[in-house]
Amino acid sequence: MRMIALHLAVLAVLAALQFVLPAYHHTNAARIMVLATYAIGFNIAFGYSGLLSLGHALFFAGGMYATGLLVDQGGWQPWLALVAGPLAGGALAAAVGLLALRTAGPAFMIVTLMFAQAFHLAILYWGRFTGGDEGFTLSGAARRIGAFDLADPATRYTAAFLLFGAAMLGCLALARSRTGRVLVAVRENEERTRMLGYDTFRAKLFALALSGLISGAAGATYGLMFGYVGGSFASIQYSILPLIWVLLGGAGTVLGPLLGTALMFYLIDWASSVTTASQFVVGAVLILLVLFAPRGLLGLVRDHAMRRLP
Amino acid sequence: MEFGPFLLLAVMEGLVGAAVLALTASGLSLVFGVMRVVNVAHGEFFMLGAVAAWFVSQWVPGPPGLAFAVALVACPLLVAGLAALADGLVLKRLAYEPEATIIATIGLLYILQQAALSLYGPEARPVPPPFEARLQLPWFGWSGYKLFVIGAAGAVLAGLWLLLSRSRIGLVMRATQVDRETATAFGIDVDRVYAATFALGAGLAAIAAVLIVPIQQAHYLMGGDPLLLSFIVVVIGGLGSLRGTLVAALLIGLSDGVISTFFEPTLAKILATLLVALVLVFRPQGLFGARA
Amino acid sequence: MSLLEARGLVRHFGGLRAIDGVDFDLAPGEIHALIGPNGAGKSTLVGLLSGRIPAQEGTIRFDGRDITRLPAHARVRCGIAYAFQITSVFPRLTTFDNVALAVQRAGARNLAAATGAALARVGLEAEADRMAGALSYGHQRLLEIAMGLALEPRLLILDEPTQGLAAGEIEGFKTLVRGLVPRVTVLLIEHNMEVVMDLAERITVLNNGRVLAQGTPAGIRADRAVQAAYLGG
Repeated sequence: MRMIALHLAVLAVLAALQFVLPAYHHTNAARIMVLATYAIGFNIAFGYSGLLSLGHALFFAGGMYATGLLVDQGGWQPWLALVAGPLAGGALAAAVGLLALRTAGPAFMIVTLMFAQAFHLAILYWGRFTGGDEGFTLSGAARRIGAFDLADPATRYTAAFLLFGAAMLGCLALARSRTGRVLVAVRENEERTRMLGYDTFRAKLFALALSGLISGAAGATYGLMFGYVGGSFASIQYSILPLIWVLLGGAGTVLGPLLGTALMFYLIDWASSVTTASQFVVGAVLILLVLFAPRGLLGLVRDHAMRRLP
Repeated sequence: MEFGPFLLLAVMEGLVGAAVLALTASGLSLVFGVMRVVNVAHGEFFMLGAVAAWFVSQWVPGPPGLAFAVALVACPLLVAGLAALADGLVLKRLAYEPEATIIATIGLLYILQQAALSLYGPEARPVPPPFEARLQLPWFGWSGYKLFVIGAAGAVLAGLWLLLSRSRIGLVMRATQVDRETATAFGIDVDRVYAATFALGAGLAAIAAVLIVPIQQAHYLMGGDPLLLSFIVVVIGGLGSLRGTLVAALLIGLSDGVISTFFEPTLAKILATLLVALVLVFRPQGLFGARA
Repeated sequence: MSLLEARGLVRHFGGLRAIDGVDFDLAPGEIHALIGPNGAGKSTLVGLLSGRIPAQEGTIRFDGRDITRLPAHARVRCGIAYAFQITSVFPRLTTFDNVALAVQRAGARNLAAATGAALARVGLEAEADRMAGALSYGHQRLLEIAMGLALEPRLLILDEPTQGLAAGEIEGFKTLVRGLVPRVTVLLIEHNMEVVMDLAERITVLNNGRVLAQGTPAGIRADRAVQAAYLGG
């Protein structure tokens, strides 16, 4: 009960923040919430189920491009395209999973990396439709859903908040559910889980597809909110970023993705203001985390203070 | 040009690519074979070798041949030293746990790339070849330096093969590859073997880069393609099998020219990445390696 | 009518004939022990029965149904539970979660109550909130058995269950197993001859991948071939 209250309190703070934040941080907060949703999606595969994918950009960008292309070139209603984005992410993840989940460990990492790389290259190759590396911008009409205009900062913040809130509460429910318990068991010891009568392949496929669905939802929303769809979102960089966010905040925790995304966002923001070598920070954080805090910040909290943190 | 000479030219150009690829990929293969580490930063060691060769060509006075000779010795040693440092500071502390080391080498990739950008800059810069010579064939002329690259790579690979199969160091490496615990029990200092292997792997990539940089310019982002191609070669040749790696490097290096005449380079890359993924899923022992 | 009926099972590893034409039956409600010297093929046979290792030849029927091609997890659902030789509970999950995984597989409505009951059955109810990895060795073995039982199996395979247990704990274990039959059939792979002779109603002796002898404890004790091959005759 206390744990549910804690998570609701975090959401309440996020809802209240929009009234006090100055414009710059207001936009940042909206961006962080959408990216943290992506991190939540990644965390369901990596943190809860032990599936370390290096190709999640495929699902994020897949959702973004599905929605963006449908609304920009397919002439779909924005709300309908926004529904198609997550579905595209989920379907891509299921398709990748059917193949990649026959492997494990480093092979799984390389296979997912290669599929994402092929998708990135495909976006560059079919530049006539996708705009190649530069991508394309979305018109004002494409970003209006009914009476809500996503170009308006307040609406944008609300949309980001709703998306993040839904993903976070969904993740919380999953973590406390029977399915969540099975996913954790698969992460801890797959062979033992199988001998308890669970089809672990199906469990992992479910986790990856759900992870892809949430990642796709984040990508689709990001595209509509900021009016831009670009090739860089499909690059390996965007597969590594959610890994960093989740590692930093704490893999297998509900709040870790938000904490990690926000910290990393402002760390890079700060680093770029004092030095041009912001990539250095990314690399250093990765190495320091695997060396000294492989369970992340909330992992430390869980180990030492709140054992029941979901 | 007629078909025969054209094919000959394609094969010769392909051999240059294959030679450099074989060197780079054998480094990656060695590290994976002995240490079970997937080194994502391998391409950056290649890039560092090329960038360092450019610095040497600026600092060493006299004929380009001298600077090249210095670079061919000093750059691989420098890169190998860096790799040994990374092994001791990071990989060893992770106990070579496969997933953690992949994450760590990704971090290393970012750091090395940023270091090159900050110290060397975003420009692509040429390095003069050690000698100017033209090989005049009846149908076309060819750079004598390219012939040298093929020969030098062949010599290094032969040396590597001798080192691994005939020397005590090679025996120790193979023993460690088969069983870490037993190797330790027999008094082998596994930590030192791992550091040496990681350094050797990186050094091979750096040698390849020093050889290729007079043909291809040095640039801080040049590590991506060798990494991808080495991955393809190592996976298709069979993870950790040096012989399979060499065969695959020859095949892919040679067919690269042929493939890129039929497909656009981007399309060829798409097909190649998908091929790697599918080989790993359906034939993890490689396309032509015997079962591990 | 047998609960489990295996015919002509074969499993080779490279040139090694781990199991080489074994017929094997389990009667409903019996306690059956599988013994044999190291390398006789006990673990392989149990792997074939539980589905962890696919059979190369032969058939396995369980409760009249052919399960030869069923994957391991599907056999668990048919009612074959396997408790691991080396303790393999989930050390970083709580004792409660370990058992709950098995309880929810069996389809319990009230998870908390059913899990509590399953823990109480082996006397671990006080340890529910502790990490399984922090339990004593004996308690981890009990937890392993609790997980097997919570699956509500019709056949429970116990692989070396008393290994590493103290004498007092072995007595408790025997009482526990006796209380299971005849509702559950128990297949026991055991090195401790005292436990085998005391618990088992029938014994199968494996040697070099084949069945050497089968019978009651008294019959096995008297068997010349068994004495020669195994008991050190």
